[in-house]
Amino acid sequence: MNGIARPQFFVRPLVVFAGLVAVWQAIVWASGVPTYILPGPGAVIAAFEKGAGLIARHAGTTIVEIIAGFAIGTAVGTASALSMSYFRSARRWLLPVLVVSQAVPVFALAPVLTLWLGYGMESKIAMAVLIIYFPVTAAFYDGLRRTEPGWTDLARVMNASRWSELRHIRLPAALPALGSGLRVAAAVAPIGAVVGEWVGSSAGLGYLMLHANARVQTDLMFAALFVLAVIGCVFYFSVDSAVRRLVPWQAESHPEEETR
Amino acid sequence: MTSLSASSASPTAPPGISVRNARLSYGETVLFDGLALDLAPGRWTCLLGPSGVGKTTLLRLIAELEQGADGRVVCDDGQPAHGRVAYMAQQDLLLPWLTLRNNLLLGSRLRGDRTGDAGARADALLDEIGLGDSGSLFPGACSGGMRQRAALARTLMERRPIVLMDEPFSALDAITRLQLQDVAARMLADCTVLLVTHDPLEALRLGHDIVVMTGRPATLGAPMHPPGPPPRPADDTALIGEHARLLGELARAGAETAGR
Repeated sequence: MNGIARPQFFVRPLVVFAGLVAVWQAIVWASGVPTYILPGPGAVIAAFEKGAGLIARHAGTTIVEIIAGFAIGTAVGTASALSMSYFRSARRWLLPVLVVSQAVPVFALAPVLTLWLGYGMESKIAMAVLIIYFPVTAAFYDGLRRTEPGWTDLARVMNASRWSELRHIRLPAALPALGSGLRVAAAVAPIGAVVGEWVGSSAGLGYLMLHANARVQTDLMFAALFVLAVIGCVFYFSVDSAVRRLVPWQAESHPEEETR
Repeated sequence: MTSLSASSASPTAPPGISVRNARLSYGETVLFDGLALDLAPGRWTCLLGPSGVGKTTLLRLIAELEQGADGRVVCDDGQPAHGRVAYMAQQDLLLPWLTLRNNLLLGSRLRGDRTGDAGARADALLDEIGLGDSGSLFPGACSGGMRQRAALARTLMERRPIVLMDEPFSALDAITRLQLQDVAARMLADCTVLLVTHDPLEALRLGHDIVVMTGRPATLGAPMHPPGPPPRPADDTALIGEHARLLGELARAGAETAGR
């Protein structure tokens, strides 16, 4: 069974979204706040139409940062988790790094990254990598450690080498855990990219929002924010569906079915 | 199934196995100490006893899976038992990401042996065990009975002269249990088998030798030898009488063990 492409799946969020827009419009009408404090949906749509090219260009930058950060963070995270579970010395050296990487607030590093890597994409990608590294590594390492002991017993009795046990049993058994790490990473990757842009940049949606905010182009800021939200959702659901395809045997737990 | 009689034959003559000075303790509690168990070559030894008496530990000691227990395991042909053992647990331990057929092929995959006949043997075994049409199913789509059948087939695939089974049929319904007992008895007729079980009737149907393990620290009773070749019919009156006697003995032993 698969939970994709069922009409109810899309209808409910759309109804909620329409409701929120209606409330938003109602607040604008009822309070009479000026457009530069809270633009109505109409004003935001207008700003979106007017600035479509501008928003698209900056969105492109942010998308590249998110995808590159996600790819590199995932690669480094999986490699760390694999070597930690395979080599004791790697475990001794990397585990403290992993813990410390969480003790330092990653956002506090953003100015330093900008200082070192410049105002271009590199510092934003590095930011996204840093923020992704922990959830991916921690989840995958945990999955690699928690292999069902019966399976490893079986592998030992079947004379498996350490390598083939890893390849045929530990690795696939840890994929569901890696999948949850990737979902978290997909959710936080845009945060890393945008925070990086806020600290110092000349492109990207974060930059555009900061820029628009400073010039009281609140409607443009909202339009950029909306696009950022859409990018975040699309990215998350793409990763989620890829993860489901990666671990089809976990298909029995659909989040939308648990509440029934 | 001519191919099968060939495939189920063990490549080497099954050795007899002696366990000497087996000892297991958790802190102050000594579960057993100085225990000796002999498995006659090419015969089924059934180890009966109440829960928690240490039967599983004794079996895992022979499989070299037990770290907590000490003891010497010697084969009467002077070769080590390592690499000649197949192991089947109470849980089916099927890998959820492999089809039933590929689960049968797990041993050859883990050892990286690419010899040609494994696939054909897996198909023949699936047929033999009543899963001929189900080889392409994933374990998640199978009933408990099918899964345990597949686990038995995977054990048979290994073609090991020593087979250690830890309550392999206890989670099954009565009919499936009888069927699988018959299949196992027929196909492992030439192997040295240790079957750990709670079920006196199972021991009486399948065992050449039946050993009862009781007490704390546990001791082994003198082996019983039910008449006639296994698998013995479940409605044999002599068997039913023995069954009642063994049940009584186990009930008393269980009460004693619990009372300490």
